[in-house]
Amino acid sequence: MIETVTSIALPVDEALRIRKNRIAPEQMTGAEKRISIVTGIHGDELEGQYVCFELARRIRQQAEKLKGIVDIYPALNPLGIDSITRGIPAFDLDMNRLFPGCQDGNMTEYLAAQIVQDLSGSTVALDIHASNIYLTEIPQIRVNELHERELVPLAAQTNVDFIWVHGANTVLESTLAYSLNSTGTPTLVVEMGVGMRITRSYGDQLVDGIFHLMKKLGIWDGEEIPVREPIISKDPDDVAYLNAATGGIFVPVVRHWERLQKGDLIGRIIDPLSGTVLNEVTAPVDGILFTIREYPVVDEGSLIGRLLRRKACGDHWEER
Amino acid sequence: MKKVIVYEIKGLYRDNFRVTGYEFGEGKESVCIVGSMRGNEVQQLYCCSSLVRKLKQMEAEGKLEKGHKILVIPCANPYSMNTQKRFWPVDNTDINRMFPGYHLGETTQRIADGVFQVISKYRFGIQFTSFYMPGEFMPHVRMMSTGFEDTETAKQFGMPYVVLRKVRPYDTTTLNYNWQIWETQAFSMYTNTTTRVDKKSAKEAIRGILTFLHKQGVLEYHGHDGYLSQVVWDVDMISVRTARAGLFDPLVEVGAEVEQGQTLARILDAYEGEVIDELTSPVDGTVFFMHGEPLTYSNTAVFKLVVREE
Repeated sequence: MIETVTSIALPVDEALRIRKNRIAPEQMTGAEKRISIVTGIHGDELEGQYVCFELARRIRQQAEKLKGIVDIYPALNPLGIDSITRGIPAFDLDMNRLFPGCQDGNMTEYLAAQIVQDLSGSTVALDIHASNIYLTEIPQIRVNELHERELVPLAAQTNVDFIWVHGANTVLESTLAYSLNSTGTPTLVVEMGVGMRITRSYGDQLVDGIFHLMKKLGIWDGEEIPVREPIISKDPDDVAYLNAATGGIFVPVVRHWERLQKGDLIGRIIDPLSGTVLNEVTAPVDGILFTIREYPVVDEGSLIGRLLRRKACGDHWEER
Repeated sequence: MKKVIVYEIKGLYRDNFRVTGYEFGEGKESVCIVGSMRGNEVQQLYCCSSLVRKLKQMEAEGKLEKGHKILVIPCANPYSMNTQKRFWPVDNTDINRMFPGYHLGETTQRIADGVFQVISKYRFGIQFTSFYMPGEFMPHVRMMSTGFEDTETAKQFGMPYVVLRKVRPYDTTTLNYNWQIWETQAFSMYTNTTTRVDKKSAKEAIRGILTFLHKQGVLEYHGHDGYLSQVVWDVDMISVRTARAGLFDPLVEVGAEVEQGQTLARILDAYEGEVIDELTSPVDGTVFFMHGEPLTYSNTAVFKLVVREE
């Protein structure tokens, strides 16, 4: 059933509505667990759109197997999605820096507070992001170290390739995931693919993982879907960052999620005006490339990729 | 006066990105003044350029005290100003959310680091800044309550108000916050406007800075001392919010003294012109901030009032 989570009138003949699709078993006992799938906080991240669609479609095909509640929120920032705007249009604000919001605050803070209220109490929530328009990410879940113990076992059920436990950061305290996790609603932040695009294979991979997680939680009674065992990184030293040494146009020569030896060429930063190579980007260590630059224009310092060092990959290194 | 390049990176198809500074006097690093950091901060740029002109003249007249160096950076982000984008053109990040910066990080982290390496040496830091909501302010000096703030020194600007703000998580990456943490006494200077030049409030801010520099023994200035500043916490200001969205029709101006019950603005239906909301003042006070756009959303704080002291 499509429900309106919150709505607010806009100045000229329009209402902003944040909606969700609640899918529930026909016979309710009142003790059902609830999984919430949210996406679209950033209006330019669209990978979650396909996940929402595919999840609802597959549940509908075997509706009798549903034993719990699935809430799907495909667009927390509907004005952003409609206008290809990452933040909230007109306010120029990153919506994921507004949480937990405030019921008496301005329009954006009010919407944030309403969203938190509606999601609170979920057995688990997944907040699906798609990096940004600059970088492609392998399907992964990012976990704040403060909530590691509770979240890593859940994340390991979701069929992602990589779980990245990162340090606490005061700025991240304003995110939806932090607000929910710190008030007792376990929330997993998924990063996968790239902004403004849909990578169907990643979407299918995550949907399989969501069914697996739902099965573990007793929300789904369908066939067991096997999931991959993710690499789990907890040490900040596991990740090597590649930043552009100079501005130019980045042209990659390797594929995403490729195993690289120290010194392997990753790509070139070129100058089309003079027809010269300005810089060769090479792997600083042995590792797997889990982030790679998608948008070719780079300034000095622009992120080109992230490598997960060989020592963090364990058996996965040999398997690849 | 010495024109210096504070930070520079190479451009591909554009001229190099340069942060340019103007140094006045020689000696210990006393005061650093930073102007626009976002591409729409035109008033902040104007204030600094007026200050550069004034300091150039004062230096020629021998009015700078010996042993003090003043650095003015009119703009830390010319790339965004020249493309009329508020944030960094390529990745839309905000330099004022990147401090103290990181020299091996992403572009705006590197810019923040390059600039901060230079300006964190100064004893006092003054930043002309802007608010994320469009609107007009009473000119004031703003400080974050980090535990290092000093309101008595802030009063030396002689601005009508000194506003204290409690630090929120997202403030910890601003220049003002990091200046204070790294032991520079930091002040944010707000004038009336951002995207358009308001000469009157710019003049007031420059008078405030010159008065401050005079009181700190940095230069000789005999202008008007300004106001006996009132210290206000931002959380003590009274917000007047819209209940409805529509056309915003203000009936008062920033700085107006208003009475409890006085109508401050009306909200008009965008199609039929009828008054659908009337905003009245809940207190006797002064209009400190007013929304600056002709349309408004609902739940929006379109006025902030300072309650009148008895």
